[in-house]
Amino acid sequence: MTQTSDRIGEDEDAPGVVKKFMFVNRKAPYGTIYALEGLEVVLISAAFDQDVSLAFLDDGVYQLVKGQQTKGLEVKNFSPTYRALEGYDVEKLYVEREALEARGIREDQLLVPVQVVSAAEMAELMEQQDLIVGF
Amino acid sequence: MLHIVNKSPYERNSLTSCLAHAGKGGALILIEDAVYAATRGNVAESAIRRALGDLPVYALGPDLEARGMQGSVIDGVKVVDFGGFVELVAEHRTNQSWL
Repeated sequence: MTQTSDRIGEDEDAPGVVKKFMFVNRKAPYGTIYALEGLEVVLISAAFDQDVSLAFLDDGVYQLVKGQQTKGLEVKNFSPTYRALEGYDVEKLYVEREALEARGIREDQLLVPVQVVSAAEMAELMEQQDLIVGF
Repeated sequence: MLHIVNKSPYERNSLTSCLAHAGKGGALILIEDAVYAATRGNVAESAIRRALGDLPVYALGPDLEARGMQGSVIDGVKVVDFGGFVELVAEHRTNQSWL
């Protein structure tokens, strides 16, 4: 335990290694815990000053739909957190065009500015990462 | 028979399987991630429109609202609250959850 703390202390003095992290979101919100858990990990990694980007594909694009009101379900509406990501320097949000089209979702229905990319472009972005974590 | 589906049509084939077995006189309610199937432009839209010719289709309002999809419901799908869901369960002799 002491050793671990020492190591963390040393790292703080040394110039930090910045890696490219991509979080891939493929699940709809609320039906499962994946979307919320993914968001928590994004915030943690942002706190470690990493180069974080978020990808939304498949049902993951539903996470960003505007107008979520969870009062009736009595669960936390975590959609405003996507808007707060900018404050943590998480500004790279990529949404796959094919996933939006397959669901009849338009870009103006999304609650935060994003970069809409094709599946091929998304694959390229994935190739550029040091670490990819899927939710 | 009340058929209950709770999975996104992109995630599982529960809805397809349910609709292949749901007969006339029954009813279908879409809850949780299955409410996406009740929205315009989704992959199950044509299947839902066909099903509406045979049986009433309901979607749970609080689940639509939580997902911001309350404005996109396919015409003919009836939105019910939790009380309405309970009434549907009580009205039908049996129910089946397609997990």
